[in-house]
Amino acid sequence: MSYDATTHASLTADAAAIIARYPQRRSALLPMLHLVQSVDGYVSPDGIAFCAETLDLATAEVSAVATFYTQFKRHPNGTYTVGVCTNTLCAIMGGDEVFDSLADHLDVGPDETTEDGAITLERIECNAACDYAPVMMVNWEFFDNQTPESARAVVERLRGGKQVAPSRGANSVCTFKQMSRVLAGFTDGRADEGIGAGPATLAGLDLAKDNGWAAEAAPTAPAAPNKAKETR
Amino acid sequence: MSADILTPVLSARWDTKRSWTLATYEANGGYAGLRTALGMDQAAVVEAVKASGLRGRGGAGFPTGMKWGFLPAPDGGPRYLVVNADESEPGTCKDIPLMLASPQLLLEGVIISSYAIDCHHAFIYVRGEVLHVYRRVLRAVEEAYRRGYLGRNILGSGYDLDVTVHAGAGAYICGEETALLDSLEGLRGQPRLKPPFPAVEGLYSRPTAVNNVESIASVSGIITRGAAWFASLGTPKSTGHALFSLSGHVTRPGQYEAPLGVTLRELLELAGGVRAGHELKFWTPGGSSTPLLTAEHLDIALDYESVGEAGSMLGTRALQIFDETTCAVRAIARWTKFYEHESCGKCTPCREGTFWLRRILDRIEGGTGTMDDLDVLLDTCDNILGRAFCALGDAATSPILSGLQFFRAEFEEHITRHGCPFDPAAAALFEYTSRSRENEVALSGAGTVGA
Repeated sequence: MSYDATTHASLTADAAAIIARYPQRRSALLPMLHLVQSVDGYVSPDGIAFCAETLDLATAEVSAVATFYTQFKRHPNGTYTVGVCTNTLCAIMGGDEVFDSLADHLDVGPDETTEDGAITLERIECNAACDYAPVMMVNWEFFDNQTPESARAVVERLRGGKQVAPSRGANSVCTFKQMSRVLAGFTDGRADEGIGAGPATLAGLDLAKDNGWAAEAAPTAPAAPNKAKETR
Repeated sequence: MSADILTPVLSARWDTKRSWTLATYEANGGYAGLRTALGMDQAAVVEAVKASGLRGRGGAGFPTGMKWGFLPAPDGGPRYLVVNADESEPGTCKDIPLMLASPQLLLEGVIISSYAIDCHHAFIYVRGEVLHVYRRVLRAVEEAYRRGYLGRNILGSGYDLDVTVHAGAGAYICGEETALLDSLEGLRGQPRLKPPFPAVEGLYSRPTAVNNVESIASVSGIITRGAAWFASLGTPKSTGHALFSLSGHVTRPGQYEAPLGVTLRELLELAGGVRAGHELKFWTPGGSSTPLLTAEHLDIALDYESVGEAGSMLGTRALQIFDETTCAVRAIARWTKFYEHESCGKCTPCREGTFWLRRILDRIEGGTGTMDDLDVLLDTCDNILGRAFCALGDAATSPILSGLQFFRAEFEEHITRHGCPFDPAAAALFEYTSRSRENEVALSGAGTVGA
């Protein structure tokens, strides 16, 4: 294993914190793989060995898990994963063209990284934001209602070392390594940044308020507690 | 049933300032349900959820209270609640915005539900591809510990509960409850053979309730406003409020919370209709795994029974709307590619079947298919449907079988014309010239004028 002593010590301390969250040690494996990516930028051979040693598993058992999940990378990832949804709905709403346009612009294909190491381009599956189609994710933050132009502008800023702000998310997109550390369950203190809901999320609520609609009890049902009425 | 067509309950506070914080949640009556529940017998909480008629909001529609009732009597060992927050069914986009805007609503439901089934360690399995949602749920748990809603002796009741928020790592199959449990145990996310069901042998082979985010988030309302109130919404067999997610070729896509039994015609009217100048071609009632429906199904009540009678499934109420510019073959081929990509590989019918379905559909879409291919598609579906290990295999056949039922002529046209008759640019929500048309223009020489 080639982690230096400091890195190994901090990985060990973090792994202990992860293991303590679960009744059984092996449950720590997915978060530990995210942790390894937060240090190495991918699931490295060293990282696999570290997980195996810590959880008393064979390296083959760790690799078997790591290769099952698309977020675990077998090669060094770019600083930013740019994922364009090309599942049916987003694809048809324009996601295919957004992806093709980015691939042309960056001169990379799917799952390839730009030469400067800034961007790994991916086709992604449905990311639960269909009401904001076409959707692009940058390090798994939401960029809603994309066009080829808006998507190109985002990657240009990223390649220029500038910050970009998601439509619904933190005030700026963090790096792949920083993101991986959060996914390992270590907070970065940014939960209070950004908005609670985008316009599509509120479409029905806005309409209900305009019309005075609410989920009132039917006359035959027992009266709802006053609290529900007071707070409306 | 309420006369109001929209009934915001879960979504009622999504527009408040800093809606995700505990302070905002408490200021709007949050955690009243927990206080009430902790004063009730555990069995009475289960009974209230049973009486409400709440059915699972993750797609299958199994009664939530009945699921809890299947857990064997306590034997002194651990029992678990696992929340399925792995929302990834194509078209489904309700749990993610709920957790972004209102994670405390989910958490209050987790605590009440855990208390009801005598669980002392609950898990929330959030898909890994939604960073800010994961931040918000982690933060919600932190805040709840600090305020005494989690930990030892919650609100002086003597009840203890810990909650772990776990991030997945990108695998649609982990939305299947037993695959989710394997994933949570640190394994490849592959489904388990049932029985035993999770209620008997779930997480770490212990009694476990696995419930969807929206189901659990509905529990505190049932406790504060009463099972009868909940049951007064919706239809007798499909009770309550539910999130309907409109997406695609619709004027105002978004989340619309309404009683079960509302129709797509009603929802479309609220959402401003199909995009201007176009008409409905087909739609999914509950994600890509539910058979396609068409304009003739606009007046079907969106409840579990009625959608089933119409030959589809209510699923997750993911209403993906496609207008007449959409190529049905392209849509279906893309969903099939998704199922092939997400097949876990454990069982042969799904692993091999989705591979062949995708290859055949690719060649039909690309203009090199034959009429015989249509029969092979049907035959392959027949060898998957009902023969796969879990519901993913069945789901892969849904768009194909329903697509051939409604749009067979369109498949045939791709074969006889040796290509797709549709311009993808016409279906997009922004203007551009599609690459295939650019090539045609270049080949015909029309593009040289003025060049």
